[in-house]
Amino acid sequence: MIPEGLVETHADGSIALIGGYSPTSGQFHFPRLDTCPYSGATDVERVVLSRDATVWAWTAVTAAPPGYEGPVPYGFGIVELTKERLRIVTRLREADPKQLAFGQPVQLVADPLPNGIVTWAFA
Amino acid sequence: MGVRVSVAGVGIHPFGRFDGVTNTDMGVHAVRAALAEAGDPSFQAAFCGTAYGGVASGHKVLGALALTGVPIVDVEAGCASGGAALQLAAGAIRAGQYDCVLVFGVEKMPKGIIRSSFFEPWREETGLAATPAYFALRAQRLLREHGLTKDHLAEVVVKNRKHGVHNPNAMFRKEVTADEVLASRVVCDPLHLWMLCSPNEGAAAVVLRAGGDGVTLASARLRSHLPGSVLGEATPLAGIDDTEIVPPSTLAARDAYEEAGVAPGDIDVVECQDTDAARELLAYHELGLCDPGDQPRLLAERAAAINPSGGLLSKGEPLGASGLGQVVELVHQLRGDAGARQVLGARAGLAHTVGRGANASCVIVTR
Repeated sequence: MIPEGLVETHADGSIALIGGYSPTSGQFHFPRLDTCPYSGATDVERVVLSRDATVWAWTAVTAAPPGYEGPVPYGFGIVELTKERLRIVTRLREADPKQLAFGQPVQLVADPLPNGIVTWAFA
Repeated sequence: MGVRVSVAGVGIHPFGRFDGVTNTDMGVHAVRAALAEAGDPSFQAAFCGTAYGGVASGHKVLGALALTGVPIVDVEAGCASGGAALQLAAGAIRAGQYDCVLVFGVEKMPKGIIRSSFFEPWREETGLAATPAYFALRAQRLLREHGLTKDHLAEVVVKNRKHGVHNPNAMFRKEVTADEVLASRVVCDPLHLWMLCSPNEGAAAVVLRAGGDGVTLASARLRSHLPGSVLGEATPLAGIDDTEIVPPSTLAARDAYEEAGVAPGDIDVVECQDTDAARELLAYHELGLCDPGDQPRLLAERAAAINPSGGLLSKGEPLGASGLGQVVELVHQLRGDAGARQVLGARAGLAHTVGRGANASCVIVTR
């Protein structure tokens, strides 16, 4: 299961990602850590990250990697959150790389997997 | 100037798949060959690179040769394990602690996509631990930012596989065409199957000593990623722009050039990390061999001098042994006995590995 503290689940089934922000370094990060991974500062605040992003890098995984039992192929990539300028490694709802482009707008969605895990994706 | 460290002997067990042959068997083969070349010296310490070998891998090899008693230290630094072992050995000789040190690496990689304890189970379960997918994202970024194309990736594979034909220790010894590379199945776009190296099995060994008249180990330097570096070899979950963060390969290269007293332009022959074809092209830039986007010129003008062994694309990648395998190739190149793979007049060679951790090592040998 996904460790507690990464994702916030709402009553309507929607989710939000929980990140960290260090005022002294001015940097956001995800998942939230006790120590800012850029500066080592320990003044990390809990922040609910924004949902709007753009596609920054993308591919499709065509064979199940070790330990993964979900569907293949699946979209995989890095999105950049528009507000925080934070880049996040993520599943992508689109599994055909030809349908995606650099800078394409995407939004955070809940992504239930067959094994009962609900993770996040961008679509 | 401190103590000069020379390479007294090298040995290698072929890289490939060898059912029924153990890490110990392969290590014994490589160590015996290296010690024989060096005139069977008594060494005072041994460092063994391995990532998946398990507890006391080095002890097992030297135990099988009745050569225990000296300190034996296993070294794990991912793909850079061999380079890390060399740095420790060379440093101990330069410090005057030892006169002769044995360095070797052994590995039997599991088949298929590399499974790594680097990733927590939940990342595996959610499909975020797909190693070739990270390679693909890095490749896509390189193509976009350096103005390169898939054809350049295919060109790297064609070049390295052509070199591999002449390497009896390589796993793949058949030439391929660019059309064949681009026709192999897509693993993670833009990477096709033949653009990815195969994790496999093998061993390599290097005997270092103070002074001597062999090839000089001018530098062996290891670096890790700087904090916040995200989109290079380190794969934490998220990060901001890493454009301004110097990657570990560049850090290691700068240290190595400085220690060896050479510049990138002085390097005659290069063995660099071609885990995937894009990784090799990125290395050209990270190692200071060319400007961003200038990789096609290097491919055209210096093809024979880059990964003359066939690279990991021909040899396969046994993590603990791969970096030392590169050094074995460079030593043959500098001795002038590399046969059909010989880069004429090679006097300075650079070996580069980079991998999970993130770790990067650069080794420079000269004569």
